[in-house]
Amino acid sequence: MKFLKFLFIGVFFGIVLVKSEAVSWYRIYEMFKFQSFHMYGIIGSAVILGMAGIYLIKIFKVKSFEGQPINFQPKQKSFVRYILGGTVFGLGWALAGACPGPMYILLGTGIYSMLIVIMAAVLGTFMYGILKHKLPH
Amino acid sequence: MDFILQPWPWYVSGPLIAIVMLSLILFGKTFGMSSNLRTLCSISGAGKYSDFFKFDWKTQRWNLVVVLGAIMGGYIAVNFLSDNSPIALSEQTILDLNELGFENAGKSLLPDKIYGWNTILSLKGASILIIAGLLVGFGTRYAGGCTSGHAITGLSNLQLPSLIAVIGFFMGGLLMTHYILPLLF
Repeated sequence: MKFLKFLFIGVFFGIVLVKSEAVSWYRIYEMFKFQSFHMYGIIGSAVILGMAGIYLIKIFKVKSFEGQPINFQPKQKSFVRYILGGTVFGLGWALAGACPGPMYILLGTGIYSMLIVIMAAVLGTFMYGILKHKLPH
Repeated sequence: MDFILQPWPWYVSGPLIAIVMLSLILFGKTFGMSSNLRTLCSISGAGKYSDFFKFDWKTQRWNLVVVLGAIMGGYIAVNFLSDNSPIALSEQTILDLNELGFENAGKSLLPDKIYGWNTILSLKGASILIIAGLLVGFGTRYAGGCTSGHAITGLSNLQLPSLIAVIGFFMGGLLMTHYILPLLF
């Protein structure tokens, strides 16, 4: 039962991303060509509303539904890993036209070739784990 | 009902994504879809090869349930909540794609030229999907997050590292879209 809420959040997320067309390869291509406001509108409005929500949670010290204090962990300070890792991710994002969330959602829409991308992404994550100590962070 | 069946505009979709992120925070979790890739590695026994995968993946089961829901959401959206209207891409995008040899741009979610069965059964087609997946999986872990973790959650929480990562996402994406895709197609 305690997982049911997460299932609902996932279903909602999947529906929103399909209905917004953010799972479409074409929309990602269009975004990187700066030919439409659509994707910028989605990400921008999500971030602005998200900022407001997180700000309110912080100033009112809102507790989680389970009554625990909500902690926001600051991300590790670095430049190299974010810019290099980010660029590698961006290359894949624009080629696949999908980031990790949409990969799963697209599988649900019946695009089974996405399984190849998901398996390769798991393998890519594994390769990072193996090479982690040799990479500049 | 018509409104539900039509594609949703950005000013509806964006705020709904913020609600997804905030609900996860209010349930004491975080919004980060790429963490599941690491969890899947751990479940498959990757801990034998790297300490990076040695963690109690059972603490991440909730996030795998989000994935399961997302798959179901994708199914529900296309089968019950869609009127199959084409994607309203900009005319320039359609022209540019035609030039690259992509036909019927926007008639479906993904181009057959990349995801169609005929394509993926060829060496080039399969390689493109495998390389794309490897780049996403490797890059997202190296950067410590993807679109959900950095672009949505991190930027909302005013994290400078996330801004750097998002700049990286765009550098990679622009490089691929403007310089590499035209070489591939």
